[in-house]
Amino acid sequence: MELDAQNRSESEKISGLKQVTKEKLTQKSFKANLLDFLIEKAFFVFGSIAVFVLLLILYFLIREGSDALREVGIVEFLTGTRWYPSSPQGAGYGALPFIISSFMVTTGALIIAIPWGIFTAIFIAEIAPKRVREILKPVVEVLAIFPSVILGFIALVILSPIVANLFGLSNGLNAFTASVILSVMALPTIISIAEDSIKSVPKDYREAAYALGATRWETIKTITVPAAKSGIMAGIMLGFGRAVGETMTVLMAAGNALNMPVREFFGVTLPNYFSSVRTLTANIAIEGSDVPWGSLHYSALFVIALILFVITFVVNLTADILISRQRRKLNNE
Amino acid sequence: MALMKTVVREKNVEEKLQQHSEENVNVFKAKGLNLWYGNDQALKNINLDIKKNGVTAIIGPSGCGKSTFLKTLNRMVELVPIVRTTGSINYHGVNIFDTSVNLVELRSSVGMVFQKPNPFPKSIYDNVAFGPRVHGIKKKAILNDIVEKSLRSSGLWEEVKNRLNESALGLSGGQQQRLCIARTLAVEPEVILMDEPTSALDPKSTLKIEELIQELKENYSIIIVTHNMQQAARISDKTAFFLNGEVVEYDDTDIIFSTPNDKRTEDYITGRFG
Repeated sequence: MELDAQNRSESEKISGLKQVTKEKLTQKSFKANLLDFLIEKAFFVFGSIAVFVLLLILYFLIREGSDALREVGIVEFLTGTRWYPSSPQGAGYGALPFIISSFMVTTGALIIAIPWGIFTAIFIAEIAPKRVREILKPVVEVLAIFPSVILGFIALVILSPIVANLFGLSNGLNAFTASVILSVMALPTIISIAEDSIKSVPKDYREAAYALGATRWETIKTITVPAAKSGIMAGIMLGFGRAVGETMTVLMAAGNALNMPVREFFGVTLPNYFSSVRTLTANIAIEGSDVPWGSLHYSALFVIALILFVITFVVNLTADILISRQRRKLNNE
Repeated sequence: MALMKTVVREKNVEEKLQQHSEENVNVFKAKGLNLWYGNDQALKNINLDIKKNGVTAIIGPSGCGKSTFLKTLNRMVELVPIVRTTGSINYHGVNIFDTSVNLVELRSSVGMVFQKPNPFPKSIYDNVAFGPRVHGIKKKAILNDIVEKSLRSSGLWEEVKNRLNESALGLSGGQQQRLCIARTLAVEPEVILMDEPTSALDPKSTLKIEELIQELKENYSIIIVTHNMQQAARISDKTAFFLNGEVVEYDDTDIIFSTPNDKRTEDYITGRFG
């Protein structure tokens, strides 16, 4: 009897659980709602903090650089070719050599790293046998966390003598050497992101191409790589960021001379990759440690940082817009 | 089957002539075909002659090897690296497993339409022009002609002629599948393999594809895998019933669906399993 009653109450409980009532449908759990609300707000706050920090950096750069901007003027910074901030007579605040140097070293690095990186990514993702891939991928990833000072040291003691010998130069520390070593630094970023995006191209596309009689190379060239284009572009952008912002390696490899790295070739002024250069980042690192606090020179270094910030920001923004525009076009949004 | 028996009986008589006429009748001739994925045997001693032109349907429950057999005909099955085959499939007097076979040629004369519509993330025009371009056609005028002709053949031209440069991913599922058929037609194949081409489509789009198949069978040999038996009955001339990697029965569609020889075929068709 007792057992029966127990059973009945159990079964009632179960059927009670299953019963759908109007009350249940309209009743909302206060706890679940609160949790939802809090989690949503938490994400918002974390996202906002990231943007806020970025704006704070920008504000800080402008505030610290405002003295120099006011006294020297942005035009002098962007077009002047003389940088003698602490000279008592005839001080110059021309950052153009640094801008050109940064541009040269970054472009040089990307010219080497983009084809090299994309082909390596294609090889790892599409061609390499499984065993080769399993060795190559970790190696590339280790390269990404390689301390930059070690690469700089390699450039200093191994690469620069080779460059000097090869091209008959007295000094192998120049924009070319810096470009080569920087390309090695940008490479892992480009490879891993490009490889991921090539890998994520749906298998369907490849099958369709093969079924139409395309060869493996034709499929890679006309289907897989174009379909992975936005991911590959993202990889290149991050590689650019790495190259333009890198300080220690360039500092050790580029020679750091304070001159315009250009040369006349048949009446045309062209960048000279075999001249010793000082990039925006390297200049801040070299002079930042012993500049008198609050001086005009101090403020001028912040203007250089501001220029660097704007360059990176503009390049990234442009790439972002291009990538999303292309994606929209493809998906017909 | 009847043809096979005749061949056996009159083996000695006019063998040459027989072979010659056979090539006109049959597009594929599979002999003792076995296929393994690793250690799992997916096809067991398949002997099947596939008629030229017309529609051949392959039916059977999931996992019976029907798709595998279809993908063997253009050797797409080899994209799975652990695949191993024995036996032969004769196509124009050549065993397609022969090492001398040019896969590019084979696949451009044996086209394929997949289960899920898979247009490339490119414009409608570029999708259709892909095959011809791969095969070396560069002249814009010729490509334009091919694209229009292929889209007309697949019944899509009127719907897309004003937006050829828009992305193919903006089309509906049924339109995408007809685009995939147009893309296959653009390389002028002889055979079109269709792997459950309507299973991802709504009834209206399915009907359109079925009507299209009826038109195309005049000029192409179509081999279609389907798990929809009404579809096989509606559109095919010949039907092969696969079960556990074997061909249980292969005959005219009318016979398969009215008076099948094998008990298992009857059970499957009447819905007793599968």
